[in-house]
Amino acid sequence: MSALHSDTEVVIGLEVHAQLRTESKLFSPAPVTYGEPPNHSVHPICLALPGVLPVLNERAVTFAIRTALATHGAVHVRSVFARKNYFYPDLPKGYQISQYEDPIATGGWIEIPVGDGEGDAATRRIGLTRIHMEEDAGKSIHDSDITGRDATHVDLNRSGVPLLEIVSEPELRSPAEASAYLRALRSILRYIEVSDADMEKGHFRCDANVSLRRRGETRLGTRTELKNLNSFRFVEDALDAEIQRQAAVLDAGGTVQQATLAYDPDQHRTRVLRIKENADDYRYFPDPDLVPLVLSDEQIERVRAELPELADRKCERFRSQFGLSLYDARLLTASRQLADFFEAAAAIHGQPKPVTNWLLRDVLQALREQGREIEDAAITPAALAALIRLVDEGRTTAGSARGLIPELVERGGDPEAMVRERGLEAVSDAGVLEGVVDEVLSAQAEHVQRYRAGEKQVLNFLMGQVMRRTGGKANAARVRELLAGKLDDR
Amino acid sequence: MSEPLATLASMREALDAGAASSVDLVEGCLARARAAQDALHAFAGLREEGARAEAAAADARRASGARRSPLDGLPVAIKDNMVQTGEPTTCASRILEGFVSPYAATVVERLERAGAIPIGRTNMDEFAMGSSTEHSVYGAARNPWDRARTPGGSSGGSAAAVAAGLVPGALGSDTGGSIRQPASLSGVVGLKPTYGRVSRWGLVAFASSLDQIGVMAHTAADCAWLLEAIAGHDPRDSTSLPEPVPRYGETLDGDVSGLVLGLPREYFVEEGVDPEVLSTVRAAVSELERAGAKLREVSLPHTRYAVATYYLIATAEASSNLARYDGVRYGHRAAGVRDLTEMYHRTRSEGFGAEVKRRIVLGTYVLSAGYYDAYYRKAQQVRTLLRRDFEEAFRGCDAIATPTTPETAFRIGSKTADPLTMYLSDVYTVSANLAGIPGISVPCGFAQGLPVGLQLLGRVLDEATLLRIADAFQARTDHHARRPAEAP
Amino acid sequence: MPRITRAEVERVAVLARLSVSDEEADRLAVELDELLEYVETLRQVDTRDVEPTSHVIPLATPMREDRAVPGIDPELALANAPERQGTAFVVPKVIDGEDGG
Ligand SMILES: [Mg+2]
Ligand SMILES: [Zn+2]
Repeated sequence: MSALHSDTEVVIGLEVHAQLRTESKLFSPAPVTYGEPPNHSVHPICLALPGVLPVLNERAVTFAIRTALATHGAVHVRSVFARKNYFYPDLPKGYQISQYEDPIATGGWIEIPVGDGEGDAATRRIGLTRIHMEEDAGKSIHDSDITGRDATHVDLNRSGVPLLEIVSEPELRSPAEASAYLRALRSILRYIEVSDADMEKGHFRCDANVSLRRRGETRLGTRTELKNLNSFRFVEDALDAEIQRQAAVLDAGGTVQQATLAYDPDQHRTRVLRIKENADDYRYFPDPDLVPLVLSDEQIERVRAELPELADRKCERFRSQFGLSLYDARLLTASRQLADFFEAAAAIHGQPKPVTNWLLRDVLQALREQGREIEDAAITPAALAALIRLVDEGRTTAGSARGLIPELVERGGDPEAMVRERGLEAVSDAGVLEGVVDEVLSAQAEHVQRYRAGEKQVLNFLMGQVMRRTGGKANAARVRELLAGKLDDR
Repeated sequence: MSEPLATLASMREALDAGAASSVDLVEGCLARARAAQDALHAFAGLREEGARAEAAAADARRASGARRSPLDGLPVAIKDNMVQTGEPTTCASRILEGFVSPYAATVVERLERAGAIPIGRTNMDEFAMGSSTEHSVYGAARNPWDRARTPGGSSGGSAAAVAAGLVPGALGSDTGGSIRQPASLSGVVGLKPTYGRVSRWGLVAFASSLDQIGVMAHTAADCAWLLEAIAGHDPRDSTSLPEPVPRYGETLDGDVSGLVLGLPREYFVEEGVDPEVLSTVRAAVSELERAGAKLREVSLPHTRYAVATYYLIATAEASSNLARYDGVRYGHRAAGVRDLTEMYHRTRSEGFGAEVKRRIVLGTYVLSAGYYDAYYRKAQQVRTLLRRDFEEAFRGCDAIATPTTPETAFRIGSKTADPLTMYLSDVYTVSANLAGIPGISVPCGFAQGLPVGLQLLGRVLDEATLLRIADAFQARTDHHARRPAEAP
Repeated sequence: MPRITRAEVERVAVLARLSVSDEEADRLAVELDELLEYVETLRQVDTRDVEPTSHVIPLATPMREDRAVPGIDPELALANAPERQGTAFVVPKVIDGEDGG
């Protein structure tokens, strides 16, 4: 960031292509698949054979409406599919069916956290320009290890897969904000179950428009477009590199040229793919094979009624209903599955606070270590609630319980049986405990004296000694009782 | 050899009477088609084996009393722009050289369901772009009434095949008159249904908002049967109308009394039309008046803008529809190309003929940045006015009568040098496509020994009235029963 | 003054991926100029506040249920391919800068 002057403002707008979670393609009944051999998921429509015609997938439309409603946008009762004409081998018709002048939705916003996200952190609304539906192109394979020299392979499995293009206003001011925006958008798409938004599988692809200007300037500077930013890390790095490149150009008295660029992560540099001398001439016109998409108010309201509670709303409810901090509530509601897990576990257990702590601290840590999301973990809300209750009731210790979490996450199981079978039951037998306590008190005469001299916190040290001698299995409440009784009773 | 040419109706009677088998009918058609091919170039290809096998199967069905429809076992021909499973479809273009379709058009499936037997693919102007069937890799089709003349186009192969008695009925497609104009020039009946009445699934697109499949035969009654077989809603075509299909054949009662025929003042001007064509059409209208129809003058004030509007919209859509012919997945690919750009340019330049390229360039131009509003959008607005003209006119009449073409069949080669003159020969037909309404051309007499067609235009979805008027006219006249001297 | 120049014909031909010889470009410029002159008659029509017609049918777009049917046999999908390897279509190498979208 060295080249950036403090009076320079960064202007970033993002275009996200999110793949919709449909069974079939946008205009063809061919299945949406992943990882099939080339051209194994195609229909004459995907091949653009002579004479084929498109028919719109209803679920894709529902998903588009749901996304617009979840981002506070205006759904248009009439939208139009247009043809975007250009030649490329993986674009079989020679045009992409997209929405141009009349998209299905405009406006709306996404809230992103700004600052470090701790405590009562601030949020900022990033405006959305539009949301529209379009079909994906196929895949060109240029890798010469596969294709041999001088050849490109074309696979049309992806041709026609439904995409939602979500275009933000140029309101993002840093690579970190861009990344936060993408995380928030991805969370929404997953919340409302319209997209898996799996970046590795190309379900969530991002192009960025970047320009610099003087602070206070309202006009936009010449922007460049970064293509195919396919991980959060990549987005931040690429934007950072491009900002530095533009700043250097401007510093040297040059002008930024309108161009499309790609990011080279090895060199941390952006590379010009092509200069846009004049605007591309896509010759958009309404697709005569598809009449306008007309929605009734009832259709839109039906989708609204089915809309799940979204993260921000849920976060507020968690705070008021369960008395959680903003920080905890935000963490719990970052994914719908985690929030659902929490609510289920809290309902079974009866007390939200310990459930929050166990979930956010121990379960999340195990998930991180195992590279899982809560939805593909084996632990159930009932198992977590049962485990916490074993601790509450003094039947096992917190330490023993904590030790079971990774296994529960990975393979699942019944905590009560696990505690029993592994001998992790807390030792509560008064006779056994009293013996250990006496041993500790006689071995630690100096600490006993300090306690009796008024250093009450020494009790914790003595408790630790008892726990150590019992292999962590002593019932802590009982130990405390015994220790206090013997120390105070001389 | 002077008996009238066989119709679908007469062939069915022969089948019913046991006077012929479906195999006989199909073999007869195939033999005549082969014999006439060098003289007429009516076909792009024959489907001999498949047709024979289907004829035998139809005979077996008939013997067991399981006839599929009144068309069962009857031979038909299909224009070379509708796909059939396992058969070539080329649109008479080099760019679709060798293409074999893995799927079938809805109309083909429906004909099959009715038991009709496609005996071959008929010649056409490349991608249906033309009015003479001269722009074809199969050579120019010829008019059976005078082989030095064109049968019209783009469905000229279908028209010539029916006119010459090679096959009793055929499917054509009509984007700006491509069924009605060749029907008129070749002396057969040709019907373009309402846009959306017949599914376009499997019809190779020329201009998607104008294209419509229709039927050609000697009589309105035969057309009624064919239309009934192929019409109706198809969920694979988003522009297909979800309306029930009338039993067209049953409405043909020969009665037109009380029907009001509108005569558009703009179509009955002397300028730009052969006077003998005009007088023949006037005489035909008078015949309908004698049959009980009432005549009324109507006005279609935007008629003079129709051809310009049509060529802007049709070429724009075509430029996009023809982008898929790129040498990647099927069809022609130029040999010895070094890179992708060269592959695209050479493949398309070698694969498309001059007329297709001309229209692609014009269409690309009118959609390109800076011209869209002046040309394409403007044309779409005028299209709205043309539609309103018809809505207004149909308030005062049940059908509109006009000449189908301004002149009779022209000589091969006489218009190819001048595209605009060729385009202007569509002056009476393009409006129906722009408005989406149905139209029919019926043989109504001769001028200098060449057929003249009467065009009837109807309200949206009112093909029945057009068929009824055409049938009544044919019941009172015998133009359709005359056969060309040069027919084989 | 011509409505369309040879240079414009060449620009449009590139957009349409057609190669035209010098003579073809000259001829096309003349022909298209004549056609464009003819279509200029549309300028006489007052189209203020007239909705454009993209489709003549008064329908909203029909939709299909999201139900997948298996893809066609890859051998059928590839049967017409001018060049293939395995089940992929093969084209000459795409050179940098040929990116269309
Ligand atoms: Mg975009
Ligand atoms: Zn897009």
